[in-house]
Amino acid sequence: MHPFAYEAPGSIDEAVALLDKHGDRARPIAGGTDVLVQARANRWDLDAIVDVKNIPELTQISHYPDGSVSIGAAVPCYQIYEDQKIRDSFPGIIDAVEMIGGIQIQSRASLGGNLCNSSPSADGICPLIAYNAVCHIAGPGGDDDHRDVAVEDFCTGPGSNVLGRGEILVSLVLPNPGANFGAAYERFIPRNEMDIAVAGAGVSVKLNDAGDTFEAARVALAAVAPVPLVVPAAEAALVGNPVNDATIEAAAAAAADAASPISDMRGTIDQRKHLSGVLARRMINKAVERARG
Amino acid sequence: MTTQVTPGPSRVHVRTTINGNAHEFLVPPYMSLLDTLREIVGLTGTKEGCLDGNCGACTVSLDGRIVDSCLVLGAEIDGKSVETVEGMASAEGLHPLQQAFLEEAALQCGICTPGFLVASKGLLDNEPAPDEHRIRHWLAGNLCRCTGYDKIVRAVQKASAEMSA
Repeated sequence: MHPFAYEAPGSIDEAVALLDKHGDRARPIAGGTDVLVQARANRWDLDAIVDVKNIPELTQISHYPDGSVSIGAAVPCYQIYEDQKIRDSFPGIIDAVEMIGGIQIQSRASLGGNLCNSSPSADGICPLIAYNAVCHIAGPGGDDDHRDVAVEDFCTGPGSNVLGRGEILVSLVLPNPGANFGAAYERFIPRNEMDIAVAGAGVSVKLNDAGDTFEAARVALAAVAPVPLVVPAAEAALVGNPVNDATIEAAAAAAADAASPISDMRGTIDQRKHLSGVLARRMINKAVERARG
Repeated sequence: MTTQVTPGPSRVHVRTTINGNAHEFLVPPYMSLLDTLREIVGLTGTKEGCLDGNCGACTVSLDGRIVDSCLVLGAEIDGKSVETVEGMASAEGLHPLQQAFLEEAALQCGICTPGFLVASKGLLDNEPAPDEHRIRHWLAGNLCRCTGYDKIVRAVQKASAEMSA
């Protein structure tokens, strides 16, 4: 491992200046549960680690009057699942943060870090997509240098994303899902905890007031493509159609069809495509249950 | 001829509390909390297992939350409080968890034991009477390759019963 310096800036301005100065020879660190492992595996030669946990904007959860929530990029999983308002309003996020790693990992690992690590198998990304979450990103160009990117547009490949030199993920903003909305995430793993998804599905649905028709839907799959995979065909199979087994089965088939996984130590192509359909069907049903309250 | 020495990154000044005692030291910025505890502070009870956050052998408590000390930098504990297995026993004797691990034979080789003890204490400190499922879920981040876990779970249940009696 390359001997790196430790920086712990107290502001976004200082953090982006450090990241800009070092370029790809520096990484931000929140929980360190991916970055330190990768640094030890010599994935990069780092001159500096920039600990972002002293920056207020990255370490706070803010609930707004309009029902939206902002989750700082470095907020650890346990703070998210111990937040009663997030439990009540965003249970699909809770599904993910309660299953990432074990208790030790959840003490440190953040949802923002899970996104920035940009693994196709990340448990946190599909539910963020299901909630139409938006990334707030700050850059090194001063107060005006910030942009918003939808989570579904953030990852560009395994381990890569849209962040440019000096840019940092500040927070994730989840809009108020509104009435008749439900979301859920589940993955398949061979054991019950502490594993990486063979396949996963994050789904949200919005039903009409009667609760018998899909008005909107998001379907995203984990670990079956180079990036967390949004499946427009599955969403289209739901929207405007009645809530019944035939509709849901058509969407699940579209999910299985869209999955383009690889075979590796965790699973085969056939198994992952099959799992994509099974998990999509189950999560649509669970999202419907939650939407109906 | 003089020896060329490449200067490394500056060491970091850390003031911290470990098992209730104030400590102050300089630590290389890339050194893990695990190595910091073992090599700088001299507390070798915390063990290295996998070094990538899977096995939990290096579990310590950081500001009251259990963490894998291999995935924390020593520099990060400035101003924070750390509890290790060395802090569990008191002048009166072993912690009830340590006693229960002995009585239930919840260890064989012992490498995983400090991590299991600290993790179990983290549970019982906040939830005095967890059920078996909760104990097994809580300890999923700790691996033992000797006991098969049943004895460990029984030991935690026994300590829980004694501590809440």
